[in-house]
Amino acid sequence: MLELKDLSFQVSDTGNAKKEIIKGINLQLKDHTFTAITGPNGGGKSTLAKLIMGMEQPTGGQILWNGQDITELSVTERAKLGISFAFQQPVRFKGIKVKDLITLAAGEKISTANACEFLSKVGLCARDYVNRDVDGSLSGGELKRIEIATIIARNTPLSVFDEPEAGIDLWSFSNLIKVFEEMHEKRENSLIIISHQERILNIADEIVVIADGTVKAQGAREDILPELLSGSSGCKYYQ
Amino acid sequence: MDQIQKTLLEEIAGLHEVPAGAYNIRANGQSVSRNVTANIDIVTKEDKQGIDIIIKPGTKKESVHIPVVLSQSGLKEMVYNDFFVGDDCDVTIVAGCGIHNGGDETSKHDGIHSFFIGKNSHVRYVEKHYGSGDGKGKRIMNPETVVELGENSFMEMETVQIRGVDSTNRSTSATLADGAKLVITERLMTHGTQNAESHFKVDLNGEGSSANLISRSVAKEDSTQLFVSEINGNNKCAGHSECDAIIMDNAKIGAVPKITANHLDAALIHEAAIGKIAGEQITKLMTLGLTEAEAEEQIVNGFLR
Repeated sequence: MLELKDLSFQVSDTGNAKKEIIKGINLQLKDHTFTAITGPNGGGKSTLAKLIMGMEQPTGGQILWNGQDITELSVTERAKLGISFAFQQPVRFKGIKVKDLITLAAGEKISTANACEFLSKVGLCARDYVNRDVDGSLSGGELKRIEIATIIARNTPLSVFDEPEAGIDLWSFSNLIKVFEEMHEKRENSLIIISHQERILNIADEIVVIADGTVKAQGAREDILPELLSGSSGCKYYQ
Repeated sequence: MDQIQKTLLEEIAGLHEVPAGAYNIRANGQSVSRNVTANIDIVTKEDKQGIDIIIKPGTKKESVHIPVVLSQSGLKEMVYNDFFVGDDCDVTIVAGCGIHNGGDETSKHDGIHSFFIGKNSHVRYVEKHYGSGDGKGKRIMNPETVVELGENSFMEMETVQIRGVDSTNRSTSATLADGAKLVITERLMTHGTQNAESHFKVDLNGEGSSANLISRSVAKEDSTQLFVSEINGNNKCAGHSECDAIIMDNAKIGAVPKITANHLDAALIHEAAIGKIAGEQITKLMTLGLTEAEAEEQIVNGFLR
């Protein structure tokens, strides 16, 4: 289980004024659960995801993973404890091939056939991609799908996706939904997906609404989603 | 040959044993082994150190290996190798130099390789440099390559220097006739207090000639690098040079591009980028479970592949 205790994050604004991005968030995310985190832009969702992975250090509070305090652990240590992170803007590399990245993600030598299997799951014709560089020659949509394939290859107890729908307009959205459904179907691992997309919220078990650095609502999808979607009450989260 | 020389040979030419085809192996200033074929002759120069490699017109799918190894500390040599490639050939030439210096005196290999490539010929030229040994003596290599490309000929040149050379000053110049094409790929890594310079000068004299120079380098610790490229478009032609460098620690890297169009239809491009490893690249690999040092190593290895 992932537990956030009174988690906060401040940055120094211009003139050394402190700006609070995350304001004392408390959350418990159960195992084998698909949690969607949503809310307005600039509300702190992506920052929260980065805090969970260790890419940002909180200025207050604690993060517990299966009871262990991981607040001070590095990105590498968290990765080794079984947390994965899919970037909103996938990183480009000169000279690192798609197969290299998938192999590093899998953590062991894998055959080309295995690498292809992961790529096929995200709708890429694997043969055309395994030997390509993960660089600017790939489109944003292709990079995004490769990014998701690395998470599938890792197959860790917790995977955090930062806006997976961003930049995949060329790929049919149904495929993305199918990938998440498949990952969730086995109920082996937990998923945290930062998203604005109704279709992603629709397949989540739990929904957390974050706005202005705080949790505005949290609960089962059946309870939260109708409110989010109904015009008037939905607005209350977005104010 | 002793074990040190065999190891050097493997590093620079990938040779475990005597290569197939024509070869000339030079060790500690002397030719120690040679083979010629019906189409490829190797002749020792009489007026100076070096060899002439003569490839008959129409020679296809043959290779020449001419590796040089130095394991005697303090040895300094200057070698001239001339390659005469006839018309309509398709050959691979593998050169390279390995220096093992276990002593305190400077070991140095300077070589001038001149290529005279006939019409419609394709030459793939691979040159690797490698240094080893823990002596205080410096390991220095200054290779010079001069290329004359005949009509519609094509040369691919790959140079690699990844480890152990204290100082290198590489100079490559080429002139291209009508329809000739030149592609140079350079891979370079320096560390410690090493210094490496790479100078390119290409004259695109022929109509429809083209050149593409691609340099990828990594400078670590206190090493310094300088990349100078000059492309002159003297006819309807296309020239492109690209210097892409990763800088680490206290290293210094300079890139000096010069492109000159002396003809209305010369299309010339230069690109140069120097920068440290992007932080997000390291972070991404760390999210896959690599440590920061392992992530850096992966990025550098990939970059220089």
